[in-house]
Amino acid sequence: MAITTSTSQLPTDAVRRRRILPPMTLKLGIGLALTGLITLFGLIGPLLVGDPSAVRDLGLTPPGNGFILGTTQTGQDVFAQLAHATRGSLTIGVVVGAITLVLSAFFGVVGAFVGGWVDEAFSLFTNVMLVIPGLPLVIVISSYVPNKSVWLVAVVLAITSWAGSARVLRGFTLSVRSRDYVLASRVSGERRWRILLVEILPNLIPLLASQVVFAVIFAILGEAGLSFLGLGASGSFTWGTMLFYAQNGLSLRLGAWWWFVPPGLAIALFGAALSLINFSIDEIINPKLRSQTRADRKRWGMTREQLKHAREETA
Amino acid sequence: MTVLELRDVVKEYKLRDGWQSRKLRAVDEVSFRLEPGRTIALVGQSGSGKSTIAKLLMQLERPTSGQILVNDEPMVYRGARAASYRKAVQMVFQDPFASLNPYHTVGHHLARPVRLHHPGLSRGQVDERVLELLHRVRLDPDFVQRKPHELSGGQRQRVAIARALAPSPGILVADEPVSMLDVSIRLGVLNLLATLQREENLGVLYITHDLATARHFSDEIMVLYRGEVVEHGPADDVILNPQHEYTRLLAEAAPDPERRLAELKR
Ligand SMILES: Nc1ncnc2c1ncn2[C@@H]1O[C@H](COP(=O)(O)OP(=O)(O)OP(=O)(O)O)[C@@H](O)[C@H]1O
Ligand SMILES: [Mg+2]
Repeated sequence: MAITTSTSQLPTDAVRRRRILPPMTLKLGIGLALTGLITLFGLIGPLLVGDPSAVRDLGLTPPGNGFILGTTQTGQDVFAQLAHATRGSLTIGVVVGAITLVLSAFFGVVGAFVGGWVDEAFSLFTNVMLVIPGLPLVIVISSYVPNKSVWLVAVVLAITSWAGSARVLRGFTLSVRSRDYVLASRVSGERRWRILLVEILPNLIPLLASQVVFAVIFAILGEAGLSFLGLGASGSFTWGTMLFYAQNGLSLRLGAWWWFVPPGLAIALFGAALSLINFSIDEIINPKLRSQTRADRKRWGMTREQLKHAREETA
Repeated sequence: MTVLELRDVVKEYKLRDGWQSRKLRAVDEVSFRLEPGRTIALVGQSGSGKSTIAKLLMQLERPTSGQILVNDEPMVYRGARAASYRKAVQMVFQDPFASLNPYHTVGHHLARPVRLHHPGLSRGQVDERVLELLHRVRLDPDFVQRKPHELSGGQRQRVAIARALAPSPGILVADEPVSMLDVSIRLGVLNLLATLQREENLGVLYITHDLATARHFSDEIMVLYRGEVVEHGPADDVILNPQHEYTRLLAEAAPDPERRLAELKR
């Protein structure tokens, strides 16, 4: 009976905690720090600055002279506008992220889990939504609704963007659903909703997170695009509307860089920060990506080819 | 005590092939009877329908035709009788790397079936039962908090066996319980299963493609070929006196240490 007990003495003092959180890397650190700073600015900024729409008899003034980022053509405080615009853009990002999460989880995960005609119906609906283009829909809506709020724009963007995530989630849920551990919990008589919530959903968390982060990036860029075309929310500040007014005020031709650089930079930085976070999440979903980075190859002193070969040898 | 009986059970899968659909007979008119205290080995090559029979028994699939009888009454798929069936018949899956949820601890895997099948137990009693189960499969108590990825293949399969034992079943279906394990630990896991089978007087359906272990661990052997049972009888008879051509082929292919040595010496 010696054989019977031998396996329980194998050394297993390896990592105790499973990696639910992504490993802290430079990429993730920079991403989180930038996102945190911008979010903080959007939360607190508007409380500290004056009225962003207040018109003064100053004309274009460069930074300094009492205005951190100068003023616009009509003497409005650019810094105050930037604070409010950050809040507006982030609101859109959060709303779209939340709606995408709910809709894609419902139509993707629940559909795939229940299966049968529910799945067929859900995925048909998803596919229909997938091909509805966002831009024309907003143009149609904007011709009916004269005063669009930030919320309306966010809802329209969300409705036209969740379908892609739903499809990704559906595919993954289908594969998880037929894994042995799910069958095993069915065999032990677990209730269906419990199988979904306790056995399947935790394994979807990294994928859900990356889909949401992607949706937020998409929403903020999409809103900026719409606003820049003059189709965005009316009467509220976002990074996109700031760029729109800067463009209208001929800031580029007048050399008023302090008017268009801040919102443009904010969009670029926030998008980059979220992408960095997304890369880190992707690396948990697909650990192969991790060992493909240049830093890793350098550490091993190997070329990509050699690494690939070595992995095949050990697999 | 539970007695399982299959009568002319057929399982067909519809395969969609472009516009046409084709039927695949994964299980073709299979009949046998599984009683407490006996081990039946189900032997067959890959794709012969072994796992499908296991799934039919675990109510994960329904037969296309034929009957599955539980204590001489037709199988019930819903309600209280189905729950008591699930308590009485349990399964160890083929691949221990897929049958444990990477997200949950060993403790979770064992506590859930205990709770489900013994709803009256307090938290302390459940914990006690979990530790007892671990002990039964020769694992230390500190395994409770470990996650599957921290275990070796053999340890995982022990956890899977403990999970199957949690509801105190009368019948255990073991679907190739060692085929994914390293050769060096296979015997350990099989011996463990045999010991448990004797201790609990379990009826075991031992699915394998290895005739040698089938002969050693079971009373009867059933040979499955393309969904059909081509040979069924006492273990020694089937091995020593194979009737069907396919069984003969299997017996020749099975590793026979003495013949192997003789070949090497030559
Ligand atoms: N859900 C399914 N849909 C369609 N065909 C299936 C399905 N499940 C199994 N089959 C087919 O049924 C046949 C029997 O499969 P089964 O899994 O029972 O084989 P097996 O004997 O367990 O093989 P292995 O030893 O490789 O585990 C195979 O040809 C397989 O392709
Ligand atoms: Mg199988």
